[in-house]
Amino acid sequence: MKKFIRDLNKYYKYGIYSAKSELKSEIANSHLSWLWWILDPLLFMLVYTFISAIVFSTREEFFPVFVFIGLSAWTFFEKTVKQSVRLVSSNSAIVSKVYIPKYILVFVKMYVNGFKMLISFSIVVIMMVIYRVPVSYKLIYIIPLFFVLFLITFGFSTIMLHFGVFVEDLSNVINVVLRLMFYLSGVFYAIGNKNIPEPIRTLLLKLNPVAFVMDQLRNCMIYPYKSTQDFYTLGLWFLLGTLLSVIGVRTIYKYENSYVKVI
Amino acid sequence: MSENVIDVKDLKIRYRCLNKMSIKKSLLSLKKSKTEVFEAVRGVSFSVAEGEILGIVGKNGSGKSTMLRAIAGIFAADEGTIDLHGHSVSLLSIGVGFQKRLTGKENIYLSGMLLGFSEEEIRAKMKEIIEFSELGDFINRPVKTYSSGMYSKLAFSITAILETDIMLIDEVLSVGDSKFKKKSFKKMKELIMNDKRTVIIVSHSSETIANLCTSVLWLHEGHVKMRGTPEEVLPVYEEFMS
Repeated sequence: MKKFIRDLNKYYKYGIYSAKSELKSEIANSHLSWLWWILDPLLFMLVYTFISAIVFSTREEFFPVFVFIGLSAWTFFEKTVKQSVRLVSSNSAIVSKVYIPKYILVFVKMYVNGFKMLISFSIVVIMMVIYRVPVSYKLIYIIPLFFVLFLITFGFSTIMLHFGVFVEDLSNVINVVLRLMFYLSGVFYAIGNKNIPEPIRTLLLKLNPVAFVMDQLRNCMIYPYKSTQDFYTLGLWFLLGTLLSVIGVRTIYKYENSYVKVI
Repeated sequence: MSENVIDVKDLKIRYRCLNKMSIKKSLLSLKKSKTEVFEAVRGVSFSVAEGEILGIVGKNGSGKSTMLRAIAGIFAADEGTIDLHGHSVSLLSIGVGFQKRLTGKENIYLSGMLLGFSEEEIRAKMKEIIEFSELGDFINRPVKTYSSGMYSKLAFSITAILETDIMLIDEVLSVGDSKFKKKSFKKMKELIMNDKRTVIIVSHSSETIANLCTSVLWLHEGHVKMRGTPEEVLPVYEEFMS
């Protein structure tokens, strides 16, 4: 724990700088540059809204906003976990030449993806204004919700980073698992409103941290007068996220010096 | 005698052929595949005093680079200890953490911070680095537009001017055109001659070693074969190699 704080202190500046330069280099080369950060979530939102509203005739209040919130949170989680699997081998130039605590690389990715999420959430806010979504003091709950989302993403990512070094085709497996999780998370439908038999519905909603956070985010952002917040489950996920992160960081500390020998 | 800066004791480093496994493979062959163990460094002990310039020689595959990386903290030692007594260390390596789409200046920050320097320290040295690298206006252009010579000039300048207590150098003394090579050699010498700085150089060139080092360590197949002054070791080494 002491080591973690000391290293964090020493390397967080590099992490931030490296994340910023990654963002910069991303826009340096494409024609629409930063516009893609807005267009990308916007277009995907249109795709999912179209599919579920027209094809499956889903009826949710403020449906585009509903989809957008889910999509933003999901993309953050998915991208970070996916990239973590290959993180050590894609950074082999750095890893084989200097010592760096490997979870710093996870932080870099979280910063980059988090920044993009911030952009898409500002679009959410704009859409909320356009759709005249009623707002209440409950909006403040997004802070602990995001915190738990970050914690869980970090926990999963560090563990994936570790196994990704040793298991070559882990990324294939993770892609399938994440896809399944995506459909189960209710990005473009409300788990609570579907005709899903009872024990399964609650399980889907509470056992899947992303689905849970997504659901709660929507509750406090767009349906504040119709729903309640589930602080009990949030607390449990907070503890579990902390546990996962601790396990992840400890495993990385234990094995990180042998990563170079493998890649 | 000045104090020791590096103490290496009974260092052993193995490469467990931890070849990456894949889930498919491990399902097909349920038996655990035998892991071959290759020992690159087999019980090396030595110490380096402050201000000493140690050259490490040996034929290919004798564990020189492996050991250097272990001292830099990139590898874990399987047995034995490496004690740096709290000194900062850097492996002089070319272009760590460069983002090719960014400008040279930004890459100086990126690389420097990765080596453990603060932003202020880098800013203070920035001018010196740019001057030394001879890049001129190119410093504000993306690194991907650089020629390979310019690239290595920049990389060399970063590591040469941002200094650490212990420098580890792995065969990088030939950089750029002959003019820059001379200059970098001179700079190298200047850096090395600093009384406080401890340097370990790995090189195949006896000439470099004879020119720069105060003592030589000869590794042969993971063992120390000889340790002494360049005058003692190099003739024997040359003879052995020919």
